Amino acid sequence: MWKRKYRSEEQKDKISAYLYISPFFIIFAIIGLYPAIFSLYLAFQRWNGLGEMEFVGLRNFTIVLQDPVFWKSVYNTIVMGLMGTAPQLVVGIILAFILNQTYLKFKNTFRAMIFMPYITSMVAVALVFGVFFSNNETALANYVLNIFGLDPVSWKTSEWGAKIAISIMVFWRWVGYNTIIYLAGLQSIPKSLYEAARIDGANILQQLRYITIPLLKPFIILTVFFSTVGALQLFTEPTVFLGNAAFSRTEAMTIVMYLYRDAFNLQSFGTASATAIILLALIIIFSAINTYLSSGLGKKERRAKS
Amino acid sequence: MSTARQKLESLKKVFMYGFLAVVSLISIFPFYWMFVMATRPSAAYNSIPPTMTPGDRLVENFQAVLNKIPFFGALWNTFVLCVVVTLVVLLISSLAGFAFAKFKFPGKNVLFLAILLTMIIPPQLGLIPQYYLVSKFHLLDTLLGVMIVFFLNPLGIFLMRQYISNSVPDELIEAAKLDGCSNFKIFRSIVLPIILPAFATLGIIVFTATWGEFLWQFTVLRDPASYTIQVALSSLNTTNNVDFGMVMSGVFWATLPLVVVFLMFNKLFISSITEGSVK
Repeated sequence: MWKRKYRSEEQKDKISAYLYISPFFIIFAIIGLYPAIFSLYLAFQRWNGLGEMEFVGLRNFTIVLQDPVFWKSVYNTIVMGLMGTAPQLVVGIILAFILNQTYLKFKNTFRAMIFMPYITSMVAVALVFGVFFSNNETALANYVLNIFGLDPVSWKTSEWGAKIAISIMVFWRWVGYNTIIYLAGLQSIPKSLYEAARIDGANILQQLRYITIPLLKPFIILTVFFSTVGALQLFTEPTVFLGNAAFSRTEAMTIVMYLYRDAFNLQSFGTASATAIILLALIIIFSAINTYLSSGLGKKERRAKS
Repeated sequence: MSTARQKLESLKKVFMYGFLAVVSLISIFPFYWMFVMATRPSAAYNSIPPTMTPGDRLVENFQAVLNKIPFFGALWNTFVLCVVVTLVVLLISSLAGFAFAKFKFPGKNVLFLAILLTMIIPPQLGLIPQYYLVSKFHLLDTLLGVMIVFFLNPLGIFLMRQYISNSVPDELIEAAKLDGCSNFKIFRSIVLPIILPAFATLGIIVFTATWGEFLWQFTVLRDPASYTIQVALSSLNTTNNVDFGMVMSGVFWATLPLVVVFLMFNKLFISSITEGSVK
């Protein structure tokens, strides 16, 4: 009798558990899984969103892969991704290292100021920098160039101008975020390690190389992963920065913009879905490579030491 | 010898403070500049040297914004969107987190792994079918159409499971069960009060992410009456002859509330964002 009651209690727990996790799975089925499978299916169809679908085999993929604009968008995405995120890694670590010094005064003020760009929305950032980097010769960015004796740049319509402007806004918005993550990592490294190194006569660069970087590695891998995925999904900044020229010019067109243009401006849902699948593949490949590369960071040093 | 060392030490400090000061200035300058330009006529952009002090067109520029976009309506739409999404995600995540942290059931590990795996799917992959679904159910130009996609938040379940398994003692649940409490009552009167700090963390993450998201809102909301603030702001930059003073005024007034909230709660804010990524 007692045993049976116990068992039914267990049964009840199971039912509760499944009940509690079901909302996620129901929503996931409708707006996660079904759309993913539908995308996969659509990638092999020709469809304008209204009429009949027509099976076209791999043609959508060949259309996309033979389109120079697609490759231009891949190139743009990678170039802006590198310029916008790679410097964050270096600057973020240096900033976190400084913010972690015990003698530093106004630590919280500095931290809050450096983090502040992150709270602005990407749209706001793109609009503000859009004015800063306007095409006018008198734009603030051109005024700064002029101080250094450089010629004005038409930021929104030149090949490198647009890329540099967009990379700078990505950098500006995210560097504080990465700094805060590195800072959390640094705070998990015991101070005694640095003291021991200092007693052994290690200078600040050696401390950075043999203690900070290796122990910070999990946090570096994390930010590299986030940055890679985020960079490949770049959409908002270039779209808002370029305004109504966003989908008609190619200087800063990214893969997601290419996808968006196919789907919602050209009503070619098949090729857009094919692009989405290519994008997924690129995200998996690049994040795997970058995670692998960053996890190799500092390995040699440790082996040499032991 | 020791004075040379002291000198080097203070030089190092000067360099560090200098570097921090420069970076901090670069970080906050756009906020200040936004304000300056929101108070100046568009022509101020052509002045050399550049204008760096506020002018007297604060009101006029904002009126131009109000004439161009439904600013307050859009702000309200974003607010409603964020509040509903945050509440729903908190509820779904805490219930599921509770189940994964404190119950035994077949398939638990596999299901949890499945949830983690869904994080890898990029939002763009489902964009077209989601748009198709939303239009099929006549939810284009509605907040509900936007919301439904944001309800999906695997990170929330992950964070809640972590927090509940670390901070809710098993003994407490056992005791409540012996007293004859139902599982839902245990959730409501024991688990919920304990996990309120985690609600703050996850709430801030979800609220800010929803506030700033653009691609999906831009795709679903085409009718100006349904605009959220991000879509409304982006539409300020779509004419050929842009009034810079107006654009900056719109951005300034839309950003100001965030800055005020951030300055009031910056420690909580920063620790929430960090926890959300590092955990």
